Amino acid sequence: MNKKIGIAVLLILLLAAPFGIYPVFLMKMLCFALFACAFNLLIGYTGLLSFGHAAFFGWAGYMCGQALKVWGLPTELGLIIGTLVGALIGLVMGLLAIRRQGIYFTMITLALAQMLFFVALQMPFTGGEDGLQGVPRGKLLGFLSLDSDMTLYYVVLAIAVAGFALIVRTIHSPFGQVLKAIKENEPRAISLGYDVARYKLLAFVLSAGLAGLAGATKTLVLGFETLTDVHWSMSGLVVLMTLVGGLGTILGPIVGAVIIIMLENKLGDIGSWLANATSIDWFNTLGDSVTIVTGFIFIVCVLAFRKGIVGEIQALIGKGQAKSSH
Amino acid sequence: MVIFTHLDERVFMELFGIPLQALLSQLLLGLVNGSFYAMLSLGLAVIFGLLNVINFAHGTLYMLGAFLAWMGLSYLGLNYWIMLVVAPILVGAFGILIEKTMLRWLYKLDHLYGLLLTFGITLMIEGIFRSIYGVSGQPYSVPDLLQGATNLGFMVLPNYRAWVVVASLIVCFATWFVIEKTRLGAYLRAGTENPKLVEAFGINVPLMVTLTYGFGVALAAFAGVLAAPVIQVSPLMGSNLIITVFAVVVIGGMGSILGSILTGLMLGLIEGLTRVFYPELSATVVFIIMAIVLMVRPAGLFGKEK
Repeated sequence: MNKKIGIAVLLILLLAAPFGIYPVFLMKMLCFALFACAFNLLIGYTGLLSFGHAAFFGWAGYMCGQALKVWGLPTELGLIIGTLVGALIGLVMGLLAIRRQGIYFTMITLALAQMLFFVALQMPFTGGEDGLQGVPRGKLLGFLSLDSDMTLYYVVLAIAVAGFALIVRTIHSPFGQVLKAIKENEPRAISLGYDVARYKLLAFVLSAGLAGLAGATKTLVLGFETLTDVHWSMSGLVVLMTLVGGLGTILGPIVGAVIIIMLENKLGDIGSWLANATSIDWFNTLGDSVTIVTGFIFIVCVLAFRKGIVGEIQALIGKGQAKSSH
Repeated sequence: MVIFTHLDERVFMELFGIPLQALLSQLLLGLVNGSFYAMLSLGLAVIFGLLNVINFAHGTLYMLGAFLAWMGLSYLGLNYWIMLVVAPILVGAFGILIEKTMLRWLYKLDHLYGLLLTFGITLMIEGIFRSIYGVSGQPYSVPDLLQGATNLGFMVLPNYRAWVVVASLIVCFATWFVIEKTRLGAYLRAGTENPKLVEAFGINVPLMVTLTYGFGVALAAFAGVLAAPVIQVSPLMGSNLIITVFAVVVIGGMGSILGSILTGLMLGLIEGLTRVFYPELSATVVFIIMAIVLMVRPAGLFGKEK
């Protein structure tokens, strides 16, 4: 019951949000939230740490941009192409990476994503260092013009909610339960007769496809795509979002994405506030040093805060319930 | 007569339409890169063996080594040879600090956290250097002793590049010798197999772990100082290299010391050859080889699945 009220309140807030906050900023957050949720499906529920998610996110963005700008395809087709590109790269990368376990898996995804970064750097259509500029938003289903930020916001919200619903549904499905079993104890899952490699691959492709959808939507919103999105630091950023929010929690990645994106945008303001409060001039340069702050948060999270925000809250509630039941 | 000699020479000096001199100099450059791959993947393998941590910060500590060399020269007037000794010691000490204060707390957890922690360290160090020095490279000149080139008849050999290859080979094989042939190495190998048992024999395993990490990153810093005159010293030089080194590690497998060295050198050579015959692929060839190796021999060329 409480849960239903919570969801209803959250939805109303999301529907009302663009009246108070700049819609493009909100849409960017939604895209990253979906991206982080897709990533969490892999690390949080299958136990696979991918360091190559930038490849799905960025390449989906490039192909969606190319489809809308150069091929002149309808908007919805651009998004579908982006999703498929993400899933396809995920299929190839997954087939290779799943041959190794644990830390090797992570290194392979990182290396293959780096290869795709170089490909993006060299291919002419991506615009190299300049990026792919001027992607039109077009009309949804041929009649709904997306040029207004407000209209686009509700479309993006619908996409993000649908993606999120799919992820929640997957986690709670029998398929999701098998993934959890693989995460907890892979040899046992194998001995129970599950084709572990196939389950892992399916989860990888699903995660990659949703990351692709997020990337394609982001290109649609911002109207450009650059090398930043295929760079390894983007893969690191999505790891950080999920880690801050809470690995393996349903809402964690969303919370993490909101916090990290806000931090990236508002770091300059926070810096000048800190400089005023402590009268240390160095804080004024904080806005230019996003990487330092991100790295610092990474270190703190890994050392002292591994459950993440949502994970810690859940642990607190769990403790409270355990106490009251005695 | 004169014309004929000239023609003969031309035929002799070209291979598949590429002038021999250009081919050999690219191969040498490949070997230089291969030396860096070898030293870095060796350090990664030694650290992973004992600590079970994939040290993402390895590339950054390599960058730190190069930067220390540059800073030593620009701020303190310390020359290349001094910094070749001092920089690895400083970075090694810094590594020991990292191990003692941070990495230590993660050994009981999933390996992934070690990677994530060192990734965070990478971002911080790289960010600090970027905010001070920007992304452009700082030039560092070749030390006087190794200036110039030697004419070998069939090619002109730049002295410094030859030194890089020789120095890194010596360091790599010395490491191999210590680990495989000495008593200390025997403790290390035993610690890799079963740390509890080694501790029961009265050997201070935590100290050994700390020193191993310090040594591994000192090796990276040594490679960094060697690299300083070859490539420009820039805050980004490490993280771009480390991902390629990860691919090298996947190709070679981390089971064997000699395997890491050989794989590193071999991939450097292949990259050099690619730069001659098909330059478009030179940035990606290592990753393509990795994909092929994964299909044919998933455990890596010298690896045993751990």
